[in-house]
Amino acid sequence: MTDVSGRAKIEIAHLAKSFGTQAVLKDVSLAVPAGGVVALIGPSGSGKSTLLRCINLLVVPDAGEVRVGDDAFRFGAGTKLPGTKALARFRAGTGMVFQHFNLFPHLTALQNVMEGPVTVQRLPKAEAEARARALLAKVGLADKAEQYPSRLSGGQKQRVAIARALAMEPEVMLFDEATSALDPELVGEVLSVMRALAADGMTMVIVTHEIAFAREVADRVVFLRDGVVVEEGPARTLIDAPQHPDTQAFLAHFHRRGEAPAA
Amino acid sequence: MYQWDFGSLWTYRWLFVQGLGVTAAFTVAIVVIGLLVGLAAGLAKLSHVAPLRWLSNAYIEVFRCTPLLVQLVWFYYALPILAGIEISAVGASVLALSLYGGSFYAEIIRGGIVSIDRGQGEAAAALGMTPAQSLRRIILPQALKRMVPPLMNQSIIQFKNTSLVSVLAVPDLLYQGQVAAHDSYRPLEIYTLVAVLYFAALYPLTWIVRRGEQRLATSD
Repeated sequence: MTDVSGRAKIEIAHLAKSFGTQAVLKDVSLAVPAGGVVALIGPSGSGKSTLLRCINLLVVPDAGEVRVGDDAFRFGAGTKLPGTKALARFRAGTGMVFQHFNLFPHLTALQNVMEGPVTVQRLPKAEAEARARALLAKVGLADKAEQYPSRLSGGQKQRVAIARALAMEPEVMLFDEATSALDPELVGEVLSVMRALAADGMTMVIVTHEIAFAREVADRVVFLRDGVVVEEGPARTLIDAPQHPDTQAFLAHFHRRGEAPAA
Repeated sequence: MYQWDFGSLWTYRWLFVQGLGVTAAFTVAIVVIGLLVGLAAGLAKLSHVAPLRWLSNAYIEVFRCTPLLVQLVWFYYALPILAGIEISAVGASVLALSLYGGSFYAEIIRGGIVSIDRGQGEAAAALGMTPAQSLRRIILPQALKRMVPPLMNQSIIQFKNTSLVSVLAVPDLLYQGQVAAHDSYRPLEIYTLVAVLYFAALYPLTWIVRRGEQRLATSD
């Protein structure tokens, strides 16, 4: 599942990032083929969210390479930081979904979804609205188009946020703990939207604590700890039969809670 | 017991009307210019460019930490000599009052912007917006709502501050009152009336601000 040139869709090489003296990522590499779904798992503070935010350069790495599609950036000594225009253009090609939704509270659901196409892509209003309505229908919220975010449930907010990201017609979608802030009974509706996206062939990187979901939907799982990739492999293999003791210890916690089927 | 005689003030009615007009015009001018200066200084203080931050900080602190009356006098007497330019009393007054107000507006505007959740800017950036687009479309519309009550409060203070321009013989409400007082020998009535006029102009404004704050509290 690679593009014509045989390259992966997303390629991260030798990424390093520190916040102050705290090294959050140490020489992390990652490749995601077109249409692939990769889940990043690991304990809090493992660097998985930072890694995800480096893919769309919301966090600018200290060193390493980031490539999404044909856009590549190199970081480290002797390289120039990309300008705000280049960064904006690059980010327009990647969709991101946040743990706390980050919907724009002063705009309706419809306006939230239209905002990117109108402001960034300069799409005519009518066209942007048609696209936004189609996407809201796709996430099952056609009837909530005129509502403000404060009137929506958490699950509905997150589905609007997914539609908002999709409206930019991104090449890849990044999910940063998209269900962690939701009440348990609302997790399912968001996961089912993500599952449908994956089935549509969207290239996705997912930071998640939903181990069962990762096992079911992801092709590959990457386990991070203390800023390094400890173990990586096909989703089922890694989750059902982890090799590294750290991975085993981490997953044992979920198995005990019955959140993932026993191997 | 003092014998009040407000009837004799009727002669000066046009003086008061003119004075009130000048005070109102001054307020509008210094609020508008002050807001523009404040917006620029507030944004500069949030800039990634360090010299811009220093410059804005220096401006804000200088004007917040010196008395307005001193600024007025300095702009009228000292600045023309130092800069070698002619500046009218009205020009000096508008300049000093706008810059003074701008320093307070700047802090309100900066505070309003930083009070918006970081996630908003991140979501805008993730959509591919430039920082300027994010500010204009996402951050400012939300921040503005929070800034309006303190900005209105500061503008009410600015309204009252215009009375200081009378020391530079700008014919505002207080100055015209002084003229009338010298002419009529009725300072008690005159200054009482001046106070009442300021109050009558400002009280409805404070009422509007309070209404605005309540609406804001219930809307989110």
